Amino acid sequence: MNIRTASLTELVEAARSGDNRAVGRLLTLVERGSAAAEEVAALTHPLRGNAHVVGITGAPGSGKSTLVGRLLAGWCQRGLRPAVLAIDPSSPISGGAILGDRIRMDDVIPEGTFVRSMATRGHQGGLALAVPGAVRVLDAAGFSPIVIETVGVGQVEVDVVAAADTAVVVATPGMGDAVQANKAGLLEVADLFVVNKADRPGAADVRRDLELMLDLAHVTGADTDDSGVYFRPQILMVTATTGTGVAEVIDGIADHLKHLTASGRLADRRAHRVKAEVRSRAHAALEQQLRHSMQSDAATAALEKAINSNFSPVDAARKIVQKITGD
Amino acid sequence: MSADSNSATDEAPERLRIVLAKLGLDGHDRGLKVVARILRDAGMEVIFLGLRQTTSSIVAAVEQEDADAVGLSMHNAGHLTLGPKMVQALADAGLDVPVVIGGIVPAEDEPLLYQAGVAAVLGPGAPATEVVEAVRAAVAQRTA
Ligand SMILES: Nc1nc2c(ncn2[C@@H]2O[C@H](COP(=O)(O)OP(=O)(O)OP(=O)(O)O)[C@@H](O)[C@H]2O)c(=O)[nH]1
Ligand SMILES: [Mg+2]
Repeated sequence: MNIRTASLTELVEAARSGDNRAVGRLLTLVERGSAAAEEVAALTHPLRGNAHVVGITGAPGSGKSTLVGRLLAGWCQRGLRPAVLAIDPSSPISGGAILGDRIRMDDVIPEGTFVRSMATRGHQGGLALAVPGAVRVLDAAGFSPIVIETVGVGQVEVDVVAAADTAVVVATPGMGDAVQANKAGLLEVADLFVVNKADRPGAADVRRDLELMLDLAHVTGADTDDSGVYFRPQILMVTATTGTGVAEVIDGIADHLKHLTASGRLADRRAHRVKAEVRSRAHAALEQQLRHSMQSDAATAALEKAINSNFSPVDAARKIVQKITGD
Repeated sequence: MSADSNSATDEAPERLRIVLAKLGLDGHDRGLKVVARILRDAGMEVIFLGLRQTTSSIVAAVEQEDADAVGLSMHNAGHLTLGPKMVQALADAGLDVPVVIGGIVPAEDEPLLYQAGVAAVLGPGAPATEVVEAVRAAVAQRTA
């Protein structure tokens, strides 16, 4: 098959029969976000399997990719077929990026796994649109688990991880990580904590800090969801470079999935994920309409009035919105 | 949407993606890191594989990353075998992706590499603009 001239239907079929070139190309189309991306969504949504989506986040350099590489090897040994979306920021100046996650996984990743590096490409909303589409392609191609690695700094990144079935937060000694994680809102989304670089001094302190925060969250009830289901995230000590503790992480991730299934929370999480995507899509569509409407004669006139007369900006905005909604 | 909307459009990539690697066992990756910066600053997405890659690990990366080009750094005398081997490995995998070689290549070897299908050969002193242009031109030629 010529990957360049194949139709989308052919690409999807090839992806499902194990052609990584086809998976790679579909991910590119999803990432570009054109009309082709919408068609890929329509083609792959009905093909979704039951992939376990695992979000992994943490501070820059905390060892996420090294850990992911180890997880991939472990999952393969257990007969699974995992894939990764490794997300790195684009340079705000040039729009380019150096994607360096793969190099950390390369020594250990076995054949049969799929690793895709993805740049944030500037606009924050883009990530929220591209990631669900990319996960859907990987799911349709039969991969599971599907890991999303993001740097835990921005709200969008936190949202991406929070939308996973299982959210893993990586902390490390000596950076006040537990406190940072708390600030970034990572503590609330974590289903499992990894204290990585446990070979370094201070790892036990990080563990203690995290335990304390979890205790506190339990006292206030912040860790109990609306239906009263309580799940205390495990805290696991890991040295990703050597692989120590990785088997426990694999078990911990599987245990969390079991908990979700048994408690009925899995369906809720997935419903939440679809809802979040639909919302992002609708948001993007409305924004595009707004950009369009801002150029209309009515909008120009309303703007003009707000600038040069006593017509308030609030009223000008309302006028423009009315043009879109038709109210 | 038109009737042909179900065909994958192969428009020129808005953001060029390139896999950068060094084949074989030799040396350091300082030069490769400099090239990575240059290409990023030109707006490209660089999938940095670094040292000790094999033709098959590079092919796997190109497939999964849907890269538009491969950049190889060469500093030992292996270019005459490794360059053509890389071109062949990509072709065998059904990947129509240009290979650009940078590093120390004696002038008399360059024609041999071009004959073997290498898209461009850049000396160690090549200025940033030349590196960027060589990659862009190599990709443009394939997608034309
Ligand atoms: N001592 C020690 N170093 C580690 C461990 N895990 C990772 N590292 C090192 O930490 C550095 C960063 O590792 P990465 O896996 O790239 O970290 P990351 O979180 O993916 O980094 P970004 O994606 O850039 O945010 C590398 O030099 C690793 O070798 C560990 O368990 N112990
Ligand atoms: Mg990483």
